[in-house]
Amino acid sequence: MSSAKSIGGRFVKRIADKLHTAPDATSDSWDAIQLARHQERPYPLDYIGRFCDEFEELHGDRLFRDDPAIVCGIGRYHGEPVAFIGEQKGRDTADRQYRNFGMPGPEGYRKAMRVMNLATKLDIPLVTLIDTPGAFPGAGAEERGQGGAIARSIAEMVRIQVPTVAVIIGEGSSGGALAIGVADRVLIMENGTYSVISPEGGSAILWRDAGKARLAAAAFRPTAATCYRFGVVDAVVPEPEGGAHKDHDEAARLLDQYLQRQLKELRAMPRADRLRQRRERFRRLGAHKEFAIGDPSAVVSGRVDLTAPSDPSAPQAAK
Amino acid sequence: MSQNPIQVTVDRLKRIAHIPERAPRKPADAGTCPKCQSHFSSEEMVANARVCTNCAHHFAITARERLDHLAGGHDEWREIWTELRASDPLQFVDLEPYPDRVRKAEQSTDLGEAVVVAELEIEGELCVAAIMDFKFMGGSMGSVVGEKIARGCERAIELGVPLVAITSSGGARMQEGVLALMQMAKTVVAFEEMADANLPIIVVLTHPTTGGVWASFAALGDFTYAEPGALIAFSGPRVIEQTTREKLPDDFGKAEQQLLNGQIDAVVDRRDLPARIGKVLRICHRPDLAAQPPLANIISQASGERMGRIADAVAETITQTLPKLPKKIADRVAKAIEPRGGDDR
Repeated sequence: MSSAKSIGGRFVKRIADKLHTAPDATSDSWDAIQLARHQERPYPLDYIGRFCDEFEELHGDRLFRDDPAIVCGIGRYHGEPVAFIGEQKGRDTADRQYRNFGMPGPEGYRKAMRVMNLATKLDIPLVTLIDTPGAFPGAGAEERGQGGAIARSIAEMVRIQVPTVAVIIGEGSSGGALAIGVADRVLIMENGTYSVISPEGGSAILWRDAGKARLAAAAFRPTAATCYRFGVVDAVVPEPEGGAHKDHDEAARLLDQYLQRQLKELRAMPRADRLRQRRERFRRLGAHKEFAIGDPSAVVSGRVDLTAPSDPSAPQAAK
Repeated sequence: MSQNPIQVTVDRLKRIAHIPERAPRKPADAGTCPKCQSHFSSEEMVANARVCTNCAHHFAITARERLDHLAGGHDEWREIWTELRASDPLQFVDLEPYPDRVRKAEQSTDLGEAVVVAELEIEGELCVAAIMDFKFMGGSMGSVVGEKIARGCERAIELGVPLVAITSSGGARMQEGVLALMQMAKTVVAFEEMADANLPIIVVLTHPTTGGVWASFAALGDFTYAEPGALIAFSGPRVIEQTTREKLPDDFGKAEQQLLNGQIDAVVDRRDLPARIGKVLRICHRPDLAAQPPLANIISQASGERMGRIADAVAETITQTLPKLPKKIADRVAKAIEPRGGDDR
């Protein structure tokens, strides 16, 4: 039993259970994805409405058009102005089509970048709320530079001078999620998922069968627990009993507590330290092995496994 | 089309001379261009950087062949960080386990990973090159590719030279799950470090550059070129057709089209690439940034004097304690601290 579990409250115990016990991969991942996609789950505007007494939404990228899949603006959050960027899905069919199922195009990311620049200008913190099945795959989006827009959005998030917190509130898939997810602190809701691709997309490519989504979900393990173990997220935010869709007020209250604490910590840090730590955080993430061939400095610094074979074409499992 | 003289072997000229009026069209095989059905020999292929001499069709080229070509037809480049290998953080199994796929790719391509990072001179200008190879698991970007590109940037900053990145990738490596996604952020962070060091980045997009690679560092070059006919897209045509049910034109996402869309600076024939990159490197040449001594050298120089003082103090202590030691040990110590070369005899 982990120490967090033995001393923690109700939520801490449940999350400690999820994080530290070996999960039954298949059902766990698939359940998490179903919960993360639940249509009654709170979306960014639901959270922002509960966080802020007053919120001014901004529209348009000033270049082409407004993308309703991304909502952003400025709100008064606990007596301070804070900039928000969120990926919004819709609840009913008409709303979903209007929001393009939460799949932003390049305009959406350019709008987000506009708000990032605004946050820098006003020197106010930025909070991003991620909930997307991925960036929109469409001919028009490609022609207007979908890839470049995501890349520049990531670069802007790396560069931006103010404290930033990203929260994965639902499903976070592919570059569409990462584009607004490179922050000082990354949080994930208990039932949120974060992965390189949606299980449907992954099964279509790797299994060559879109129907194998359950298998893919089990293999990708996109759950909060996996992300926490890999250090991809800094904290897991508890949800009300049964999931965030059961009680929006309670979900917003819990997220609010975590957000406030992270923002307080970040505000207390010197700017240069914060920016350096943000870069180092993402520079560090990854999993690779290193063998003692090639660069001799690797041997000196003790980063490599000296027992590895010298033949680079046939390495055996090491470490 | 290339302005360079096209190299044609004598064999080939002979064969053209003997072609009958209307040669029966054969299906494309290893020795035939799929576009114009002309034949070629393998030496000719290598000499022309795997570009069809007849119709300028760009064949796939391995990363190391490309380095030879960029370095001016010889192998004067030094590959760095060959010791990095993929690990399997998710214990991922799709149709076969991930480590097996990696091992197969290693054996079939003779590469350690989907990217080769090397130091080389292009037209006499030193640079660091990161070259992706599509043959290694679709050139997908996993932890090792991200790490190698990030370290490539760090080496470029250390040397004060530009980075040349030649991309060819299907996107992020799905077998590494969310960590593969994080490599997009990692490469962008590394490119930001390059920006802080005022160093230029040249990106060449080759067929195909899609997904997570095009949505991260590949789109952030200061000079962005593409090879003719290269597919450059975030989502490939097949994905778009499945999702939106729209019929796409054949040239969708091709380099020529992306030039019109304003996504790239120019479409450059592969045979012209060394000259074109060399030209940019010459323009950007900054001797004041280049060849700054690495940090380790500066530290060791500064601490050299201090180390000398410590060594002196240690030697003095030993000399003082020497008479108190047993004779056998004292002799051995005296021999060990005796200056190299000893006194002239």
